[in-house]
Amino acid sequence: MARSTFVYVTYIRTTPEKLWSALTDPAFMTQYWFGNHCESEWTAGSSWKLVSGEGQILDAGEVVEADPPRRLVIRWQHQTRPELKAEGASQCTIDLEPSGTAVKLTITHSIERERSMLIEAVSGGWPKVLSNLKSVLETGSVALQDPYPA
Amino acid sequence: MAERRHDTDLLFKALADRGRRRLLDLLHQHDGRTLNELCEHMDMTRQGVTQHLAVLEAANLVATVRRGREKLHFLNPVPLQEIYERWIAKFEKPRLKALSDLKRRLEKADG
Repeated sequence: MARSTFVYVTYIRTTPEKLWSALTDPAFMTQYWFGNHCESEWTAGSSWKLVSGEGQILDAGEVVEADPPRRLVIRWQHQTRPELKAEGASQCTIDLEPSGTAVKLTITHSIERERSMLIEAVSGGWPKVLSNLKSVLETGSVALQDPYPA
Repeated sequence: MAERRHDTDLLFKALADRGRRRLLDLLHQHDGRTLNELCEHMDMTRQGVTQHLAVLEAANLVATVRRGREKLHFLNPVPLQEIYERWIAKFEKPRLKALSDLKRRLEKADG
């Protein structure tokens, strides 16, 4: 079946344990995810949601696989825009691999349909979020405060 | 922002080639392509395309995923986002936009 996929890779000078914690700790997440955070037990089968600073549920689903500090797979369905929600669930796989003094972080986000609007929408967000995450882990501060600077 | 000089050098070097920029454009149009699919659109040998892809991968501008026997190539925009933040966002955006709009209009009028 045709599918839409995006792959994002960044190398972050940190340890897999610290990176895993940065990806799963809600308070830390708000620093680099423009005020948003995820809520989950982070075990296979537990529910997962991405919540805005105002408490709105942006995306929801469940953890399909959790292997700390190596791999996280999330079934991910958008919630706020009807046309994106109608596309159904996507799958987001997060892989962490040690690479020298850094960790290679790979995000693979895909959905079983061609020209997905959801994948198009998240594609604008992931590079900004990952770039901020790298910056906050390596230097202690984010590069971008606002996802859409004027 | 601290940056690894080595990584930044690889990135700009990778971008400093017309063939490699063409490969990035091809992946932007349609992501997840095999070497064979990319070769169809490139006016160079298969070996040349392979070498350019290796440079792009070393600079982290291309990510590869194995799917069965195939190796699929994806445009990884994360380093471009970092260039944007490092070199563009800090300058005055409205003026840059006015300038690029003007350039586009003038070049269109010429052609």
